[in-house]
Amino acid sequence: MKNKVKFTIDGRECVAEKGQTILDAAREEGIYIPTLCYFPGDMPRGGCRICTVRVNDRLMNACTTPVANAMIIENDTDRINELRKSIIELLFVEGNHFCPSCEKSGNCELQALAYRYKIMAPRFPYQFPIRKVYASIPKIIKEQNRCILCKRCVRTIKDKKGRSIFTYKNRGPRTEVIVDNKLGRKLTDELARKAMDVCPVGSIIYKEKGFVIPIGKRKYDEKPIGSEIDDFNISK
Amino acid sequence: MRDNIIKTIEKYNKDKFRLLDILLDIQAEFNYIPEEAVSIISNELLISEADVIQTSSFYHFLSFRPVGKYAIYLNNSAVATMMGRKEVASAFEKETGIKFGETTPDGQIGLYNTSCIGMNDQEPAAIINNRIFTKLTPFRVKEIVRDIKQGKDVDEMFSAGYGDGKNSSELIKAVVNNNIMKKGPKLDQNYKVGEALTKVLKMTPEEVIEEIKISNLRGRGGAGFPTGLKWQFCRNSTGDMKYIFCNADEGEPGTFKDRVILTEMPMLLLEGMAIAGYAVGAAEGIIYIRYEYKYLQKYLEDALHKFEKDNFLGKDICGKMGFHFNIRIQYGAGAYICGQESALIESVEGRRGEPRDARPFPVETGYHNMPTVVNNVETLCAVVKIILKGSEWYNELGTRESTGTKLVSISGDCRFPGIYEIEWGLTLNDILDMAGAEDVLAVHVGGPSGALIAPGEFNRKLGYEDLATGGALIIISNKRDLLSDIVLTSMEFFIEESCGSCSTCRTVPRLLEAKLRKVIDGNAIMQDIEDMEKWGKILRASRCGLGQTAANPILSSIKNFRHLYEEKVQKNKEFASSFDLNAAIKDACEATNRVPNV
Repeated sequence: MKNKVKFTIDGRECVAEKGQTILDAAREEGIYIPTLCYFPGDMPRGGCRICTVRVNDRLMNACTTPVANAMIIENDTDRINELRKSIIELLFVEGNHFCPSCEKSGNCELQALAYRYKIMAPRFPYQFPIRKVYASIPKIIKEQNRCILCKRCVRTIKDKKGRSIFTYKNRGPRTEVIVDNKLGRKLTDELARKAMDVCPVGSIIYKEKGFVIPIGKRKYDEKPIGSEIDDFNISK
Repeated sequence: MRDNIIKTIEKYNKDKFRLLDILLDIQAEFNYIPEEAVSIISNELLISEADVIQTSSFYHFLSFRPVGKYAIYLNNSAVATMMGRKEVASAFEKETGIKFGETTPDGQIGLYNTSCIGMNDQEPAAIINNRIFTKLTPFRVKEIVRDIKQGKDVDEMFSAGYGDGKNSSELIKAVVNNNIMKKGPKLDQNYKVGEALTKVLKMTPEEVIEEIKISNLRGRGGAGFPTGLKWQFCRNSTGDMKYIFCNADEGEPGTFKDRVILTEMPMLLLEGMAIAGYAVGAAEGIIYIRYEYKYLQKYLEDALHKFEKDNFLGKDICGKMGFHFNIRIQYGAGAYICGQESALIESVEGRRGEPRDARPFPVETGYHNMPTVVNNVETLCAVVKIILKGSEWYNELGTRESTGTKLVSISGDCRFPGIYEIEWGLTLNDILDMAGAEDVLAVHVGGPSGALIAPGEFNRKLGYEDLATGGALIIISNKRDLLSDIVLTSMEFFIEESCGSCSTCRTVPRLLEAKLRKVIDGNAIMQDIEDMEKWGKILRASRCGLGQTAANPILSSIKNFRHLYEEKVQKNKEFASSFDLNAAIKDACEATNRVPNV
């Protein structure tokens, strides 16, 4: 038991390896903590704040905070769920998300989270920003209206020399994810598809073919996001 | 152009971690970052062009468009506004014929807003080509623009004598005043440079850390982390290299104490860093200074050089075999967030100043993933005096929980703005008496990220146990409009300075700002106040202190000045529309001779 730590999540006693993040530890226990900017296999970087939990009465993000002995973690409670719901709503009003016409609809993590957290309409006013669609890149379309700036593409899609193809530009409300002029043009088929898969929303779209999976068979058509972890059922 | 850019890149050994320096040099040489430069840097440093763009576009003083031969950056902090910024700004627009954010067609003049430049005791102030112009008036603006049109050098454009203290030294020559109104042990210049360091070298590093721990010194940047403990964590961490960083990025609107220390007592800071280096086991120190203080560069480099010449830096310092320590100066490029310690480290590594996650701490994994101590300028200066006079002496100053002295930067509506070195434990009433302030509506303690305090609480004490602060105290008199002069300006500041990586901090401040404008314009209802209170709390989930405190101006003013909001909301209305249908169709109704049926 030397390398194990004991803690509780919503009162349930849990054990994990020392150094594990709260998120990984929870998943092993079958407890779902929502994520968006987290991508399995990649170094987490708490940006979206959706995985926020309350640890010993302080808000922390589960994807980067290591578990420690005697931690009291609050996850699936009204006030934490309310916070997560408002973060999802913020992401919706920040951009221009028109689900019915989006290629990713049904496979989109943002949309799936909105369903899971039972969002009818956001409480915040829509910002209706004017954003661009970069369509001149040969293999992909970069749709800025749908970008939630999660940085998954920024962190995971690199060329063979390790150079960034996607990066942030500007700061604050003007922040956007851009595609490198030269490297974007040389994007291989494989990387272009990977970029689309890495994107949790429909901001990176592989060109030419869309809407391949029919309605009814899409990723989140039958079961909500996270149900592979916690058997969440719709009637809950 | 190409040759010069290559030369610049080679000056920094083609090191991609020095990207910020490369970009700063190129900006200084060409007045902007040309597309060609982006491409050359990308090739030489083996990074993508997008990598260059992401760093460059983060910083306010780096630009992809020429900023003008004379680039005028006018401070837009709350105090600047209180002191007549609006008139000065319109004078600039009138005289130059352009709006803020533009350059004149001939490329001569550029006008820009900029976040607080650390001159709150002499506002309105502007930076023109790295020189500071203080106490601006519309008349002065006319003179400046006239001089610019005559092609004068900025140094020929000053109309007053150089400032007090070292501001008039040959290497600074700035029309900036220190305004030191009250000296304490930290600002006391009667000490021998190097004495504390010599003393320390006779102690073991553990003894030094113990001494600092006993002094109960806590971080003077605002967060108040115990300094001795921070050093110990870093000393105990394993790493091939360890670093001492000095945070001289003071960007909180209303604070300017570090500027005064850097001007008057740079040696004190350097000595503090060397002591920290010895205690922690570090061989390298970096002073990260905000770009706004570029006018001090030559002077500080000279001080560094002298300190090194006396063997207080370098190899086998003061004869202590094996103790090597060097310091270099790293300039920022305009980003408030870089005052956050992990964002500061990111910036020194040539990247965007985005804060890292809370864990691991920099003392474990900092600069180049090595253990790194980040201390505020004032903290490091306090260390020297503690070593000289002992931690017992230090414990006698201040209060039980907050020992020692604090430099506070007082500005706003008072007769004697400036720097005061006070013992912790003074009340706000004491402060107001000291600075000659009357008829006070509020004190902004700690600047925008702090709290707006009302007269009913002026008996509260400055100290970690009550009102903890990095030292900005902005006095606001009853003649001010708190909501539009202070709260709105502060919100605009947070929106401009957010790094953009947290969903919360990107959007919530903008939503709050829109609501606040609704209140100011008289279109809000009670629900709007409740919304602001609820929505403001979402920011607590942000990654760093900037995001977490970005709603403070609104939250603290709703809490302490609720009547100012309630006075302005529409009474007995449950639904608010800022759109007046009757007014909108008035002209059409008149033209068609109809009566509106609403």
